[in-house]
Amino acid sequence: MASNEEILAGLAEIVNEETGLATEAVELDKSFTEDLDIDSISMMTIVVNAEEKFGVRIPDEEVKNLKTVGDAVSFIADAQA
Amino acid sequence: MARKVVITGLGATTPIGGDVPTMWNNALKGVSGARTLEDDWVAKYELPVHFAARASTPALDVLSRVEAKRMDPSTQFGVVAAREAWADSGITEVDHDRLAVAFATGIGGVWTLLDAWDTLREKGPRRVLPMTVPMLMPNGVAAAVSLDLGARAGAHTPVSACASGTEALHLGLDLIRSGKADVVVCGGAEAAIHPMPIAAFASMQALSRRNDDPEHASRPYDTGRDGFVMGEGAGALVIEAEEHALARGARIYGELAGTSVTADAYHITAPDPQGLGATRALKAAMFDGRIQPEEVVHVNAHATSTPVGDKPEYTALRAALGAHVDNVAVSATKSQMGHLLGASGAVEAVLTVLAVYERKAPVTINLENQDPEIPLDVVTKTARDLPAGNIVALSNSFGFGGHNAVIAVRSI
Repeated sequence: MASNEEILAGLAEIVNEETGLATEAVELDKSFTEDLDIDSISMMTIVVNAEEKFGVRIPDEEVKNLKTVGDAVSFIADAQA
Repeated sequence: MARKVVITGLGATTPIGGDVPTMWNNALKGVSGARTLEDDWVAKYELPVHFAARASTPALDVLSRVEAKRMDPSTQFGVVAAREAWADSGITEVDHDRLAVAFATGIGGVWTLLDAWDTLREKGPRRVLPMTVPMLMPNGVAAAVSLDLGARAGAHTPVSACASGTEALHLGLDLIRSGKADVVVCGGAEAAIHPMPIAAFASMQALSRRNDDPEHASRPYDTGRDGFVMGEGAGALVIEAEEHALARGARIYGELAGTSVTADAYHITAPDPQGLGATRALKAAMFDGRIQPEEVVHVNAHATSTPVGDKPEYTALRAALGAHVDNVAVSATKSQMGHLLGASGAVEAVLTVLAVYERKAPVTINLENQDPEIPLDVVTKTARDLPAGNIVALSNSFGFGGHNAVIAVRSI
């Protein structure tokens, strides 16, 4: 079971790998689309990589609810619990 | 009178150089880009061919990791060459609605397609990347170049196997002459050094099996030729309406004087043994450019080094140029870089333009015993000077499917 800090750090690495954004830019209150300029195709790649990394399933219909990095961290933490 | 079209920018990434100056210097020296493949898949699949001519500069040395992630390797090469050609053209301002792309490929995103298939079988559908479709589609390279340069007058992808790159120039010339565009970025890209295409080309007996001596395997016109050598990379040319180039004071390499495309309608892979389709293509390109045979001083031949392919091209050249063919300096540059398939016509167009501009014909390597049935004046050992004054050079490309494409470049 990963802590929220560990999930954030892991997610930041995935975002960096996909988009080249610095890991420090990936903060809890940042919106994936508005702040991080991540398009839907990159978002799906990030979701699938996060599923593999954290051993969770993020249903397609749930992805649209993950507006901020914090939303994704909470969802992954809950799914792991 | 048709608009005159000139060539103002060149780009290339090939097995004998990752940019145009390096490629050109090597083409004049005569080097081989073929090497033994070190990949573990050669032994794993027991491939009958163990070598190929890889691009000398990996695309990932030029592109950022993030931009490369969204491109098939063929598109990566295409974007590298197109950026070089664009920078070389010196264009700083352009009407983007009058800027088009005609960028070809023979096979398209074969690495992406087969990687995705492996992923599906090993990991399931969830792991197939969402970028798979735009990366594997054959128009992916034209689309990426259009996106990169902001070209909005259409992004086209001629696909005619190994004639594709030359057909891109044919299309580009038409786009400018017909007034649909003022500037076109033409080119071709290919990245098919993957075990499946190697197995498939080997299966049709098209590839050289000189596994113990890759550097001497591509030997057009030699009696010991036994097939082509797979190459990879891309070539790109910026062509523009002459008045557009003159208005901005551009450096002009030469005129894209004429082009043509014909089809054999003879056999799906075998060339017409009489070279009739190729003859019609040569004559049509010369007619298109108002070129007399006596003006032609150089031919960059298709000459892939297959036993059956090299001779019909000679037959066609003799039929189109008559006795003057004996005065023409012929270069078979696939001897150096292998066969870049859908990119070959574009890369050879770059070499043909430079031959006219620099007045030098590049070297054909590995020609030790010239096939007596192909008595062409082949440039071997050292590059040959071409005459001063008005000169014309031709470049031929032929593709499976019976496709024939020819371009004619005139000195300025």
